[in-house]
Amino acid sequence: MTDDLGAGRRSDTATLAQARDDARGRADTAVEAMPYLPPATSPHVPADVDPASLVWAETVAGPGYTHMTVARGTRIRLEDLTGDACAHVVLHSALNPAERLNVADTQKIPWQAYLGTGHPLLSGDGRVLATVVADAAGGHHDAFCGVTTLAGNVARYGAGAAHTATAAGRELLLLAAAKQGLTARDVPPSVSFFKGVRVAADGALDWTGGGGAGATVDLVAEMPLTILIANAVHPLDPAEAYRAGPLRVHAWAAAASSPADPWWGATPERTRAYLNTDQYLLARGIR
Amino acid sequence: MTVTWATHEADYFDRSEPLVAGVVVDDHEIAPREGWSLVVRAGRVLTLVDVGGNQSGDCLIYDAADRDVRYSVQATLAAQRNAYLVDGAVLRDQEGHPLMTIVGNEVDRQDTIGGACSKESNTLRYGHHTLFHHACRENFLLEGARHGLGPRDLVSNINWFMNVPVEPDGTLGIVDGMSGPGRRVALRAERDVLVVLSNCPQVNNPCNDFNPTPLRVVVTDPAVAA
Repeated sequence: MTDDLGAGRRSDTATLAQARDDARGRADTAVEAMPYLPPATSPHVPADVDPASLVWAETVAGPGYTHMTVARGTRIRLEDLTGDACAHVVLHSALNPAERLNVADTQKIPWQAYLGTGHPLLSGDGRVLATVVADAAGGHHDAFCGVTTLAGNVARYGAGAAHTATAAGRELLLLAAAKQGLTARDVPPSVSFFKGVRVAADGALDWTGGGGAGATVDLVAEMPLTILIANAVHPLDPAEAYRAGPLRVHAWAAAASSPADPWWGATPERTRAYLNTDQYLLARGIR
Repeated sequence: MTVTWATHEADYFDRSEPLVAGVVVDDHEIAPREGWSLVVRAGRVLTLVDVGGNQSGDCLIYDAADRDVRYSVQATLAAQRNAYLVDGAVLRDQEGHPLMTIVGNEVDRQDTIGGACSKESNTLRYGHHTLFHHACRENFLLEGARHGLGPRDLVSNINWFMNVPVEPDGTLGIVDGMSGPGRRVALRAERDVLVVLSNCPQVNNPCNDFNPTPLRVVVTDPAVAA
């Protein structure tokens, strides 16, 4: 037995039996950033959600990333616990990953650059991947700036690799993509929730900050969907120190958008986007 | 409604000349509605001429040696902290590294937030009767396929000579252009790049003045006298 007890060592681990006991003794540790399994046992179930309907419950570290494939009609709530989170999101159709978030169409089709309640997140194929169905973050979102980069974070914070405390959003998105069998080709421009940017008359991109602690945004999956989320500093964040607080995710079985929802008929362009989506799924036998 | 699909020749056309001096290494006219692609070697300058005026040239840029490295509107805009492209703008890849630089520009501002038209998005924007109108995404897919690129390689693009203002409430869209016959933009390659262009076929909005016209592409090498 060695006397060299590592700083994190809690017990003897010289034998397999000891090492196994040590490993198993770690399992019940509760920390801030972790998934909750089964999801119904989440200690943070939103008040308006039936715990039995939950399909995903997790707190994502800042910086950190997560990813999930969810069914059509899944409602995904993101919460900025401390006011310091920034959720960079990329969406792919789970039916065909070549169909994915198209930020230009997401802004152009609704004639609206800023994300808010009712905004459709469109693919490049004339369909709705997901809809922003609730925004309790005061519209502090951004579709212009994307994620921070490795080189950018090395220059600004001294490091940007995924394992560092100042990880670049792109490094995290690439890992999330890899876990879904996707590569750099599959990581297009993203949208950012909880940190806002507005365009001035001369085109300048002005930082508007965040929605504060407890801000939430809800997305509904309009088709079987793979969501990649990087929780990392926003590229225009003016704070000297790297900013990324924990991000909470709860997702539950709900309903895809229907003509009863106000955003379905909010503009003729959106109505046709939902019609295209519904017909595409109808033909595949997906309700 | 009468639809003008394209005008191939007119007395107001101005084919102009390269914006940056040097030996001409490539000179091609992209017919209305067509796609085109070419590799521009590092240091050379691509001049795009708006021959008929207010003709959108939809453009994607890839590192010629590694097509996974491609133009990123978001890295470009975040770095310059401005939504519009003007003279001196650096066009960056997803990691923030320069692909090309605008070294000459005769239009107030160039667009990179409007994206490309597609048959599918036409159905959203103008109704299902436009599904069979040719579109930039078709040109990108066809030209891209010649280089091994597919739909996973298409990202938000640049629209040379197109005008997409953003109003204070976030309203954005394509309005009448600010270009004219013979106006130019010049792009210097910061490394060997593959440039994929679509001479926009759109006839349902003002991006082509409702009349697609030719674009001229001239590549010069400033290191070699003409």
